[in-house]
Amino acid sequence: MLQKDSESDIVDKKAIDPHHWVSRYADYLYSYAASRIKDQNLARDLVQDTFLAALERREKFEGRSSEKTWLTSILRNKLIDVYRSRSSGFDTHGVHTDINVPDEDFFNQDNGHWNDRHRPAELGIETHDALENKEFERILKACMNKLPALWLSVFSMKHIDEERSELICKQLKISSSNFWVIIHRSKVSLRSCLQKNWI
Amino acid sequence: MKELSKTDLTKIAYDCRKATFLIEKQQIYKITLREKMELKLHLTGCSICVTFMKQSAIINQMARKLVNADSNALKLDEGFKAQLQKQVDNYLNKI
Repeated sequence: MLQKDSESDIVDKKAIDPHHWVSRYADYLYSYAASRIKDQNLARDLVQDTFLAALERREKFEGRSSEKTWLTSILRNKLIDVYRSRSSGFDTHGVHTDINVPDEDFFNQDNGHWNDRHRPAELGIETHDALENKEFERILKACMNKLPALWLSVFSMKHIDEERSELICKQLKISSSNFWVIIHRSKVSLRSCLQKNWI
Repeated sequence: MKELSKTDLTKIAYDCRKATFLIEKQQIYKITLREKMELKLHLTGCSICVTFMKQSAIINQMARKLVNADSNALKLDEGFKAQLQKQVDNYLNKI
């Protein structure tokens, strides 16, 4: 078992084939980026950067994952840079301060009760059927885009890309307690926005 | 284990801010046994937060579905792809 499997080495070397990257993965990588950052030109640039970065470090490709997964992981790191730069637009000290923005009084400051304007009501979306509802999708998309940039970055990295919480805190330079506050407020405001716009 | 005092229980039983915080935390991380008890107690008496919990889970699923559906739908224009291919070829020929 200790013997190195020379056959798998050959397979690994075969597994990387830069000549075919564009035809095989360019559309996929572009969709992946464009669906997350809503800026098609930037998404194109990121695909280009991803291929160039991959060419430069293709010796390091170990064949442990597929070529597609490997390229996607390079793209993901580039997306994190975008999230970071977007969410630190007003950041002068390397520490985020917009967490201190008053939380729109979702809850009564004294007793923690829901305030009238934001109190959840049944919307008929509490079951899985809601997942097929196009109107719900459209409103959710609009509500997500209304979140502060840092909140949207945290929300997307956690709930869509399922990144590790520690990594998110490190990349976006937030403390773990701020991370939880953002996770909580993002959801409360998303939900409230949905309810407000739901007919 | 230290028992919850009566004031602690009263507090969580009526505190929707704390309950929703725990709901969010529980979705992506583990909460302590004590927190679980507190949350359960709150949800027993608060149908509003039960609604919040259901909607919260649906929002997560919907957001993921939204982005992942887009992830397979968009195409890069052919001109740009040809340009990319050229760049890759040039790079590989250089070496």
